[in-house]
Amino acid sequence: MDASVKRESLEATRVFDLASTPLRELNSALHAIGPGANDTNFEVVNPRGSHAVAVGIDQPVSVDVRGSVGYYCAGMNDGGTVTVHGSAGPGVAENMMSGTVVIEGDASQYAGATGRGGLLVIKGNAASRCGISMKGIDIVVQGNIGHMSAFMGQSGHLVVLGDAGDALGDSLYEAKLFVRGKVKSLGADCIEKEMRPEHLQKLGELLDRAGVKNVRPEEFKRYGSARKLYNFNIDNADAY
Amino acid sequence: MSYHNPYTPPRKSATFDDYTLAEIRRAAATGIYDIRGAGTKRKVPHFDDLLFLGASISRYPLEGYREKCDTSVVLGTRFAKKPIHLKIPITIAGMSFGALSGPAKESLGRGATISGTSTTTGDGGMTDEERGHSETLVYQYLPSRYGMNPKDLRRADAIEVVVGQGAKPGGGGMLLGQKISDRVANMRNLPKGIDQRSACRHPDWTGPDDLEIKIMELREITDWEKPIYVKVGGARPYYDTALAVKAGADVVVLDGMQGGTAATQDVFIENVGMPTLACIRPAVQALQDLGMHRKVQLIVSGGIRSGADVAKALALGADAVAIGTAALVAIGDNDPKWEDEYRKLGTTAGSYDDWHEGKDPAGITTQDPELMQRLDPVAAGRRLANYLKVMTLEAQTIARACGKNHLHNLEPEDLCALTMEAAAMAQVPLAGTSWYPGKGSF
Repeated sequence: MDASVKRESLEATRVFDLASTPLRELNSALHAIGPGANDTNFEVVNPRGSHAVAVGIDQPVSVDVRGSVGYYCAGMNDGGTVTVHGSAGPGVAENMMSGTVVIEGDASQYAGATGRGGLLVIKGNAASRCGISMKGIDIVVQGNIGHMSAFMGQSGHLVVLGDAGDALGDSLYEAKLFVRGKVKSLGADCIEKEMRPEHLQKLGELLDRAGVKNVRPEEFKRYGSARKLYNFNIDNADAY
Repeated sequence: MSYHNPYTPPRKSATFDDYTLAEIRRAAATGIYDIRGAGTKRKVPHFDDLLFLGASISRYPLEGYREKCDTSVVLGTRFAKKPIHLKIPITIAGMSFGALSGPAKESLGRGATISGTSTTTGDGGMTDEERGHSETLVYQYLPSRYGMNPKDLRRADAIEVVVGQGAKPGGGGMLLGQKISDRVANMRNLPKGIDQRSACRHPDWTGPDDLEIKIMELREITDWEKPIYVKVGGARPYYDTALAVKAGADVVVLDGMQGGTAATQDVFIENVGMPTLACIRPAVQALQDLGMHRKVQLIVSGGIRSGADVAKALALGADAVAIGTAALVAIGDNDPKWEDEYRKLGTTAGSYDDWHEGKDPAGITTQDPELMQRLDPVAAGRRLANYLKVMTLEAQTIARACGKNHLHNLEPEDLCALTMEAAAMAQVPLAGTSWYPGKGSF
């Protein structure tokens, strides 16, 4: 890269060192960005497992976090692009509205919980309850996911290139699940469903958006709700 | 010699009374438990079992209508940059749009705003009407996260993390399909017409250590401006209060078993949780033990009906109260003017509790457009404001009689109990004695 271009790029990036700067200053600075602002690149160094890093973003800013984070990184993200160059603790990108969150490492429990939109990419594995109560978010996990993932998932897509743990999609509503590897067990009212052309197309789009190469949609199986528990029926009580 | 057997009247069982027998038959016929709205209907020790002592030679009263008796309260003084200032210590409890109609939510907002107090969203998110008509609006953060979004978090005046509610500590909820209109379905990201389950615990945290981090996240998202409440059902009030304080709450909301619900199993409502009266002192004790009484505010709810109840809750150490069922009654719920229609539903005014079925003749617990039209939110809001005014005046009347120039100056010493149970729960002396169970010898 041309030296002058590199310098200009660096000058446009605001760096927050969480070893010496309070978290509150980082999040306040992110919230202070208004529509149409120019200086929208942020870098966070020494996150040291801090909780609530880059939460409540509501503009198309870009945040690179150099290291691993604790709970709720990029919580309620609405339009930002957050990349964690490390692993993430519980609840990463919880309730995301829009934007993109990328975890280069692994993610702990509840990744993407209740997310309403945007794309969450986890390049490693995700622990239990990935996509719990998801409401429109798209999640692509390149490794495996833990038990009870997509529990009560309402809408959106969960794509897993590896294996899924126990009780996948328990009490699922309308979220669509695609798993390339093995599923240890399906939860209540979750069944394997036919992979139709529109699903293959959607899955291909998701893999493209997540930057996944050399993996074909045809390698996945689709899971969804049997819709038998949508309205309470006493004869279904044994399912719970 | 013949023997005449005198008439013996039929004897009904106290154990198998008429209601119990009917419930057994209903269960046998339907194969499902009863689901209903409202709070417990069983008789439990309550504020009625306490009396104020009033002034005497050793305490002098304040002049009614002349000497000042302040009713204001500030909530969220611990961490929030923008605490809430209310004119009266009576708030409107969380009730969802979905469970309640749009006009009902608007009525609550209007009434609360006229009175200088707050209202609260519920499971289903915040509507523009509710925000627009509520000068001070508390936004509930619930396990279902229906309708949760950061824009509404920021336009709220406070955030209430709901851990539980008095009608069903440990329970979730179910909004049955018949109340899921297009708008309700859209707000909750679910198809129209299906039952909507509200989870019993939060999806992304468990336990007090997680809660502390969750509260920190909410504060970071809102730049530490909003007071954060933690609402718990009346189950383990000492420990729940202590843990909420430890987790960083600005305000603890404590809801006893008389607190209402939109739809819960009757067996749950009637058999889980503790009466409001039994919850207050342990919660206050926890705050005092932590040196946080009056620093973290305590809001008590569950069966508050009158200014006397308000005064008693405050005397026991609460900073404010919240009303739900009483507010619905004030805006028109269970009004006898709809008696003919209540009869058609197999009930009577004052007993109607099938709020989940969406057939409310008063247009309050329904999403039926025709029924909703019956509720005029302007007039209903006025009724609620009137009712809040009366409650406030009643509480002031009692406080002045006890010589207090602020409702918060009421204290347990102003009270006595009519029953042993109430004395034990409220930890105030049985009337005519200086003793309550657990305190020394009789």
